[in-house]
Amino acid sequence: MSRQSVAKAHQKIQELAWEPLYHEPVKHYGTDYTFSKAQKKDPLKQVLRSYFPMQEEKDHRVYGASDGAIRGNMFRQVQERWMEWQKLFLSIIPLPEISAARAMPLLFRTVPNPELHNGQAIQMIDEVRHSTIQQNLKRLYMNNYIDPAGFNSSLRNFQNDYCGTIGRQFAEGFITGDAITAASIYLTIVAETAFTNTLFVAMPAEAAANGDYLLPTVFHSVQSDESRHISNGYATLLMALADEGNHQLLERDLRYAWWNNHRVVDAAIGTFIEYGTKDRRKDRESYAEMWRRWIYDDYYRSYLVPLEKYGLVIPHDLIEEAWNQIWNKGYVHEVAQFFATGWLANYWRIDPMTDKDFEWFEYKYPGWYDRYGKWWENYNRLSMPNGHHPIVLEDVDYVYPHRCWTCMVPCLVREDMVMAEVNGQWRTYCHEECRWTDTTAFRPTYQGRETPNMGQLIGKREWETLYHGWNWADVVSDMGYVRDDGKTLVAQPHLNLDPKKMWTLDHLRRCPPLQSPNVLLNKMTPQERDAFHANYIRGGPAGRSAPADA
Amino acid sequence: MTTAQERSVPKPVFTDAEAGAKEFPDSTVRRYNYYIPQKRKQTHYEDVTVEVQPDPRHYLSQGWLYGFSDGRGGYPLDWTALKAWGSDRPEPERFPGSGGKGYDWPAHGWHEFRDPNEEWELTLYRYNSNVVRQLNQNIAAARQAKAFEQWNPNWVRFVESHVGAWMHVDHGLGLYLFANANRRAPTNMHNNAISVNSMHRIRAAQDLALYNLTLSEEIAGFDGAVHVETWNGDPAWQGVRKTAEALTAIDDWCEAIFAANVVFEPLVGELFRSNLVQQASPGNGDWVTPTIIGAEEYDYAERDLRYTKAMFDLLTNDREFADHNKAIMQQWLSTWVPRCIAAARTLQPLWSQPDSKPPRFEDGLDRAKSRFSGILSELGLQTPKELAQ
Repeated sequence: MSRQSVAKAHQKIQELAWEPLYHEPVKHYGTDYTFSKAQKKDPLKQVLRSYFPMQEEKDHRVYGASDGAIRGNMFRQVQERWMEWQKLFLSIIPLPEISAARAMPLLFRTVPNPELHNGQAIQMIDEVRHSTIQQNLKRLYMNNYIDPAGFNSSLRNFQNDYCGTIGRQFAEGFITGDAITAASIYLTIVAETAFTNTLFVAMPAEAAANGDYLLPTVFHSVQSDESRHISNGYATLLMALADEGNHQLLERDLRYAWWNNHRVVDAAIGTFIEYGTKDRRKDRESYAEMWRRWIYDDYYRSYLVPLEKYGLVIPHDLIEEAWNQIWNKGYVHEVAQFFATGWLANYWRIDPMTDKDFEWFEYKYPGWYDRYGKWWENYNRLSMPNGHHPIVLEDVDYVYPHRCWTCMVPCLVREDMVMAEVNGQWRTYCHEECRWTDTTAFRPTYQGRETPNMGQLIGKREWETLYHGWNWADVVSDMGYVRDDGKTLVAQPHLNLDPKKMWTLDHLRRCPPLQSPNVLLNKMTPQERDAFHANYIRGGPAGRSAPADA
Repeated sequence: MTTAQERSVPKPVFTDAEAGAKEFPDSTVRRYNYYIPQKRKQTHYEDVTVEVQPDPRHYLSQGWLYGFSDGRGGYPLDWTALKAWGSDRPEPERFPGSGGKGYDWPAHGWHEFRDPNEEWELTLYRYNSNVVRQLNQNIAAARQAKAFEQWNPNWVRFVESHVGAWMHVDHGLGLYLFANANRRAPTNMHNNAISVNSMHRIRAAQDLALYNLTLSEEIAGFDGAVHVETWNGDPAWQGVRKTAEALTAIDDWCEAIFAANVVFEPLVGELFRSNLVQQASPGNGDWVTPTIIGAEEYDYAERDLRYTKAMFDLLTNDREFADHNKAIMQQWLSTWVPRCIAAARTLQPLWSQPDSKPPRFEDGLDRAKSRFSGILSELGLQTPKELAQ
């Protein structure tokens, strides 16, 4: 057995599949796509006989490095600015990973190709690997990094925090709705093929530059599994393309999946890389430069565009628009500013930017200081409690944004905000594409075609609604973001761990109550609403209010 | 003379950001504080598993965000008819000013399940790597010892047809029952245990397929394709096939796991593996096949059955729904026991095929029934009358 070639072994295991004679397997999930049976090959030819030892060897390397990091006192050299953002990232990412495992069965009955099912089963267990290995990394951080707060409450906080809710789309989008939309197009064709490059390759490189070589160790090991998953998606996509009737749905799903991934992943990873680093060498790549390399060149030009010849309609306009958002409209900077504005509703600490950071931003993003510099100076000024409120409640010319109903990132590029009345509720969207996703794509008909299997956007999608009218101290207590003395907040707008410099519930108790923008919007008269919208889209950049005289 | 240009690399910085460097609120709180461990201390397994899959009944304040076309998201509790305490309480209502608190953790009894095998990535790869390495070595040793030459012709036919046919059961259940069920259960602990079970079955299927390939190369006249014909057409296998297909057609994920691991495996799987193949092999000069089959037997008997018993034991002893659950499981037994007994009996002709005969079929079936009754007894379930068939 051990001497057989991989190709021969893989060929042999194809004999395992059988067509049911007496009972069809249960069909739990539906799709509006149609597939004819086709002998698409599993290009990676993975056999468990070699797979398990390979993964075990990868584990040896990961856990050996973990031991080495502890013995070598790695945490004496990690940057707290960086590690704090890992409290958010590592609270989010195990769920998308495990959701990818749960997504695989969506494809068993919808993609009639047993050879691919074998690859999907291996992907399932890969994802169990990723989820638990990441939980383990977080556990190691919790045990060895100076400030365990936020790591120790990670999965509770992830479930009730608005940032966690944004990140959850990157998981729930895999496991519900139309089986092919979710488990193939959103998960494998876009999330894994495009965005794991920034998640699992670009970001770990930044971790290493900040003294943390465990994140690269774990995530490069994870990324080495992704090539198999990308192949799963590619084979399914080619099968889908073989049927002309699927092209309309593929176009819809690529647009939705691309845009949502851009909104969610670029928001989070862009912030971690640009605002979580202390490495301000001018020749290190900015997130925009990384994006251009990993997403635009490697994914869009090398992977997507060649698929045009098979009939795939590529959302060229949205790829260019995503770049426009990142490069011209400061999408990542707007998000980072918002996260810092709302620091008190988080479970990690956010370091103020310094002159050195300003210089780097200005070099990489000319014009940055004029837009964001003043606000970050205010953030620094207001970071220690000194008789004032947290920055969100101080006058720093920042208008608290409305939240996008679809991607749940706030409507930060103010000029792009659009509204719609859906199911009797007025909703705001960060961009026309997000409005399209809610009002057009996630509907039971699409361009006159019945799409009975398409999913729905559900849930309480504006976090602020839950706490409308609440005192901020009660909000933070309700969410559980309080340290073990019963009053000091987990979150802080600085890195100073002197208890006298840290914000407490007492400071928040004095603040005015939280107001839900969406609740307020729905109380407006039509005239008020129109005026509000006209004013909102004249605001920004950097959250500035609209000029009074315009 | 050359001048060395300074390379642009990040500079190490002493930050002293290690645990214990300072004292401040939470500086010593170094355990996950969002769940209650099963025993006194939190285990490594629990830390990497519990709560990864969220629940709107306790912490998931904004609820599920994406739903199927019927508007249901996440992991609905009614994807099985069984219930754990708290299952009937409604999800907390959310509205302007409602706050985000749900029921106290765990909110319902499903979250109390822990896999006694404590499977996570480190354990599952370690375990399965050991299995495939040992099997490779066993087979390599057999080749070197020319062990296959000792097989009598009838045994060669038996292995190519009947040991070969079993790979299809493993493959079908591994993919379409167990892997399918890993999307269905309401907690990460259930779904991870089920996905590991799935990989055991798929690995066992591939172990048999690749063993079959080796035998094709080692034994003149060994027909490596006949297992497919046997599975497709041999009347002795059609009862097993019909039952295996029926298992993959089950809608309720608990019923699927129950029917496969509590009923089918003891009455059919172990009957075939332990009471036929393992018993007949030595007398027919085969000491290799039992090592392949034995690996799968260990998967089931020592690991998959172990988590299955822990999972259903919680439900038959549930503080609110024990009677409800037992009644449903008894119904499942009434459905699946006759099917499995019928499948077992259709296999009976296999017992007479080897030259050196294993113990009688009826004796083997009695042992399988006795084993099955023991499992039911541990779960507090009654042996169904259909077992007498």
